[in-house]
Amino acid sequence: MKHTLSVLVENSPGVLTRVAGLFARRGFNIDSLAVGRTEKHDVSRMTIVVEGDHRYIEQVTKQLHKLVDVIKISDITTEEYVDRELVMIKVAAEPSQRVEIMHIAGIFRARAVDLGRKTMTFECTGNEGKINAFEESLRPYGIKELVRTGKVAMLRGTRFSGVDSGASKEMKEE
Amino acid sequence: MKLKGAQIFFECLKREGVEVIFGFPGGSVLDIYHEMPNHDIRHILVRHEQGAAHMADGYARSTGRVGVCLVTSGPGATNTVTGVATAYMDSVPMVVFTGQVPTALIGDDAFQEVDIIGITRPCTKHSYLVRDVNDMPRVIKEAFYLARTGRPGPVVVDLPKDVIQAQTDFRYPRRVDLPGYKPTLEAHSGQIKRAYQLIKKARTPVIFTGGGVVLSESSEELVRLAETLKAPVTSTLMGLGSFPAVVPDSSGNMDLHPLWLGMLGMHGTYRANMAISHSDLLLAVGVRFDDRVTGKISGFAPKAKIIHIDIDPTSISKNIEVDVPIVGDCKNALRKLIEAAEAEPIEGLDALRAPWIEQIRQWKETYPLAYKQNSEIIKPQYVIDKIYEVCRGDAIITTEVGQNQMWTAQYFHFSRPRTLLTSGGLGTMGYGLPAAIGAQVAHPDRLVVDIAGDGSIQMNIQEVITAVCNCLPVKVAILNNHYLGMVRQWQELFYDKNYCGTCLDASPDFVKLADAYGAVGLRASKPEEVEPVIREAFSIKRPVLMDFVVSPEEGVYPIVPAGKSISEMLLV
Repeated sequence: MKHTLSVLVENSPGVLTRVAGLFARRGFNIDSLAVGRTEKHDVSRMTIVVEGDHRYIEQVTKQLHKLVDVIKISDITTEEYVDRELVMIKVAAEPSQRVEIMHIAGIFRARAVDLGRKTMTFECTGNEGKINAFEESLRPYGIKELVRTGKVAMLRGTRFSGVDSGASKEMKEE
Repeated sequence: MKLKGAQIFFECLKREGVEVIFGFPGGSVLDIYHEMPNHDIRHILVRHEQGAAHMADGYARSTGRVGVCLVTSGPGATNTVTGVATAYMDSVPMVVFTGQVPTALIGDDAFQEVDIIGITRPCTKHSYLVRDVNDMPRVIKEAFYLARTGRPGPVVVDLPKDVIQAQTDFRYPRRVDLPGYKPTLEAHSGQIKRAYQLIKKARTPVIFTGGGVVLSESSEELVRLAETLKAPVTSTLMGLGSFPAVVPDSSGNMDLHPLWLGMLGMHGTYRANMAISHSDLLLAVGVRFDDRVTGKISGFAPKAKIIHIDIDPTSISKNIEVDVPIVGDCKNALRKLIEAAEAEPIEGLDALRAPWIEQIRQWKETYPLAYKQNSEIIKPQYVIDKIYEVCRGDAIITTEVGQNQMWTAQYFHFSRPRTLLTSGGLGTMGYGLPAAIGAQVAHPDRLVVDIAGDGSIQMNIQEVITAVCNCLPVKVAILNNHYLGMVRQWQELFYDKNYCGTCLDASPDFVKLADAYGAVGLRASKPEEVEPVIREAFSIKRPVLMDFVVSPEEGVYPIVPAGKSISEMLLV
């Protein structure tokens, strides 16, 4: 089963290598990973999708937690959450096909962001399923180039897994 | 007042209570060495940076304090890597300061530049590259805090040359602020309750201890709990000494503790491995279920419910699924279990436990650890027996890795924590001598003995001169069998006696070598020479290398072949 981990990390150099290195060394497989800063400038959020059974995910989570730079991990898989991915697809499009392709894009609420002599480039956001469907719909025309961001996710409603929702930040020296 | 980075370095170390640095200078750390004479801190100049790392490690293991080493950039830094990995595997608190090329040159493949942070990332608890002198006090404070708290471990601090030359106002932070680092110390009371309910029902319990008991200084609690529950105790290599192997009997003679099973695992005692295999409850304290301990996972304690106490949640249910996980400091958890046991004693405990204790006694008598010493050739086990006898068990023992290490674990009856320093997890040959030197620095008046093989002693033999010129009277007992004995034993048992690459027929004359270094060299070739040599060595207040010419083909038994259950031991 695929798990979505929302991970808050210190926004410090090397933190991405630490996380990536951990996954590599312990033989954990990353399905997708998206990282960017949060509402606090010194904290970043990684949204990591990994596939594995309960025991595997437990070990991934514990190992991540052991990294000093990792502040908080929430496995939001079983929670209600909104997730989005962004894709940009450059598809082969003869002038005669443009209308038809635009029509498909419309169904997926994708936007044309660039136009070449024989290509069109679309951006589309949505969950993984929608992005996959959009990609499949364009495939018959010939996809020249494709780039996806990986999933970002956020809990629904008033619940949040933000920077200040954890235990106290202060850590006293005995 | 403005201070230079190099001065700040010493001010920080002073505030962390550091009394000794093990180091080797070089271009990138020259400013620190230039500043050193102005500070009241001891520096032990090593001959190879790996030696510095193991010395800091031996110092740390024998005291519980943080060991410190200081090396230059590039090769200075890479030479410490084995020492850092050794400390990481065995959870040793250590801070390694490495020099680095000036920040402007980092990434340019400058002379003696290496990405030591990248290289050590998988074998450190944490690491820092300091890019601004203003960060130095905070980083050093955090490094020491991380090294010694929670599950201890090595921390690398990389100091670029321009950073230690730069000046700033010095202020040492009063506290650390690490939002991502909050080790759980307090054991969950509900889990303790669940654990004790299982313990109460157990008929054949075993307490299985590891390095965590040593690190958390909870030997007293362990003994008290074991005696309260009348539960036998076994230990991993790392935990030896935390439970007294011997105690005085009614007439004052030292005898094996009735609850002591000896070490378990690949070279564990028959009774320890059998007890694990027949136990209905395992109380695992500060262990990580290493493969050398468990053997085949499905055959490990197949009938037992398992309670696992560890400060590191990643150790729990990593290799073996447990029934009651307890995350916390071993000392805290053991205290709570003692409280539970005293509040709710087990009724008819003596009668309940009698058959189990009797069974263990029978196992012990059926297959005790044994060897046959004849009058011709020295058995290596005999040397260890004699060392134990002569020092009456009162010594800090370090080992190298291989047969010397396993015989020491089997035949030296460790009865106090921090008296066995050995590379358990990484299995680093060459660890013992520098670790002994580090321990001797911390304990100038104690007897410190490295029990070595003729193979492993040569891996860091250069440090003999460090012992000599710092007047550190370490004793090295070389069990010289002219083989890489443990590997040879595997070739004998599992590789058709194809002794490829394991014969050391060309070795230096260790007596002459000792002499060349300015140490004392002694040799014993016959059984009757063993004890006199040991007595003489222990009476000399200088470093001594003892060369014991031992039986070349002696093996370590019992042995559990790789992939087998620990009850499937080869006994001879």
